[in-house]
Amino acid sequence: MRRPNFLKKTPLAWLQVTRERTRLMVAIAGIAFADMLIFIQMGFEGALYDAAIQPHRNLQADLVLINPQMQTLFSVKSFPRNRLYQTLGHPDVASVSGVYIATGQWKNPATTQERAILVWGIDPANPSFKFPEVNQNLNQIQPLNQVLFDQAGRPEYGLTATEFEQTGAFATELNDKRVTVKGLFTNGASFAADGNVIASDSTFLQLFPSRSPDQLEVGLINLKPGADLEQVQAALAAALPNDVLIGSPEDFAQIERDYWANGTGIGFIFGLGVGVGFIVGIVIVYQILYSDVSEHLPEYATLKAMGYTDNYLLGVLFQESLLLAVLGYLPSIALAFGLYQLAFSATMLPIAMTTRRAITVLILTIMMCSISGGIALRKLRAADPADIF
Amino acid sequence: MSPIITAQKLSHHFGEGRLQKQVLFDIDLEINSGEIVILTGPSGSGKTTLLTLLGGLRAAQSGSLKILDQEILGASKRALIKLRRNIGYIFQAHNLLSFLTAKQNVRMSLELHPHFLGQDLDAVASDMLTAVGLGERIDYYPAELSGGQRQRVAIARSLASHPKIVLADEPTAALDKQSGRDVVEIMQRLAKEQGCTILLVTHDNRILDIADRTLYMEDGMLMKPPSLGLAA
Ligand SMILES: Nc1ncnc2c1ncn2[C@@H]1O[C@H](COP(=O)(O)OP(=O)(O)OP(=O)(O)O)[C@@H](O)[C@H]1O
Ligand SMILES: [Mg+2]
Repeated sequence: MRRPNFLKKTPLAWLQVTRERTRLMVAIAGIAFADMLIFIQMGFEGALYDAAIQPHRNLQADLVLINPQMQTLFSVKSFPRNRLYQTLGHPDVASVSGVYIATGQWKNPATTQERAILVWGIDPANPSFKFPEVNQNLNQIQPLNQVLFDQAGRPEYGLTATEFEQTGAFATELNDKRVTVKGLFTNGASFAADGNVIASDSTFLQLFPSRSPDQLEVGLINLKPGADLEQVQAALAAALPNDVLIGSPEDFAQIERDYWANGTGIGFIFGLGVGVGFIVGIVIVYQILYSDVSEHLPEYATLKAMGYTDNYLLGVLFQESLLLAVLGYLPSIALAFGLYQLAFSATMLPIAMTTRRAITVLILTIMMCSISGGIALRKLRAADPADIF
Repeated sequence: MSPIITAQKLSHHFGEGRLQKQVLFDIDLEINSGEIVILTGPSGSGKTTLLTLLGGLRAAQSGSLKILDQEILGASKRALIKLRRNIGYIFQAHNLLSFLTAKQNVRMSLELHPHFLGQDLDAVASDMLTAVGLGERIDYYPAELSGGQRQRVAIARSLASHPKIVLADEPTAALDKQSGRDVVEIMQRLAKEQGCTILLVTHDNRILDIADRTLYMEDGMLMKPPSLGLAA
């Protein structure tokens, strides 16, 4: 096979970028640094949202009922239990169950320090969550004051999984009442809750004596096999008064996500962080490209005098920026993997690399370098062969 | 012999309005194919300006200028770029690309011509460097070469693609006596082999003897040299 002509030509951009090792290293370090900033910001932002909606996504239900005012687990709102029972009137609804949610005070037995924890009261006769460890241990929480504990929560609660597995028992006080941990599950800390505890509905009402059994935070609705989910949802929404909201668990999760993304300054702050990283990158790449172009101005002018077109030189500059983008991006993604791992073990936040984010940052890097190349281009236009004789 | 460069009443101005300054006045000039012509004259007389016009580096303003049977006055930018590919340049500063080796620098000029892409570019470039006496230095970077060697790479670069015209602006100014002499002799030899035309601007009296003809410029006009002693 014959090599196409462009492969026979001297790769000017590559030779120029790689000739000066020190400058190349500085450029790579600069771009990688900017990319790291972006990766960290996006990583934490994504982890915050994922952690916040982890419980919602693990609810065992086709449809959920909530108070329309409820936006976040951080500040729950309740609705009358009768509304949930009303849905049983629909022929396609197979079963319903109620979930109580409240924030309790968990005492670390070692330090006697109390810490807020999210307490879920569920019907121990039916699975309310998808967590297999919870569903296997439902009979364990049937007796009063026995609970399941989220092992991915903050360590300040004083319970470590390895210790628990050895001794098989852990007792402490929740809302000043004695409780025993009978099993572990894995959900994880979020900005709304440092930890989670699952109890039976009866235990829940004991722990929170002021709570009325007739007020629920979440109603879980399971449909008969073959039922048309959208149709049932529309029918129920029409039939129910507007003191309740009906939707899929994912709708419920998105409400929580929107609360953190738009209802707080968090989304803006992370966006700002990404923007700063982006601008730092532009400045660094611009510095590199600008000094490259200025140093080689007479040489570029010579190329023009020989008969190379403006577009050729433009192409060289953009190839250079693209090369720098890729060379800087590669180490940054490797570093980001490591940092995510570090952040995960330090905070227990579900922080991980996603393909989508990797691609987004690659595109941002290429944009970053192209913008710098575009600004450096103005200098390139100054290469006038008439002035070099 | 037919003229390869013809200028008639060629004039050139710099600046505009009240600051306008004329630097070339009604230049009439004919250079035949295969000639080696030297252009001398005092500093500021307009030699470089004339050279940049002939090379298509500057747009001609008035009069007529025909190069390689093509009228340059009013020619498009594309036409000028095409013309440049048929002209070799040698500058006072060598202007080699510092991040390319001698061989890669020579290749840059070959790659502008599609018919060279079918050949072994490295071999053509190496042969050319050997012809200027740099067979041992093919893979050196400009920073690793002496001034005379760099200028020889520049000659190899401008002659490698067999241009019809070579324009050289004080190619020996930065060189000592011996390297300067070597450089022009190489130019002369290669030009004769390839049958190309050379117009060379110089202040260097010692190299006037390589020319077939010497032109003298003063205050933007071509004229007879002031003393016969200058002519070869
Ligand atoms: N870009 C420019 N703008 C304005 N004036 C210019 C420009 N380039 C040259 N000149 C003027 O034109 C005149 C001729 O300049 P030119 O460079 O052609 O002289 P030269 O004969 O090559 O001189 P030297 O031997 O010193 O190189 C000079 O007076 C110079 O000041
Ligand atoms: Mg000059």
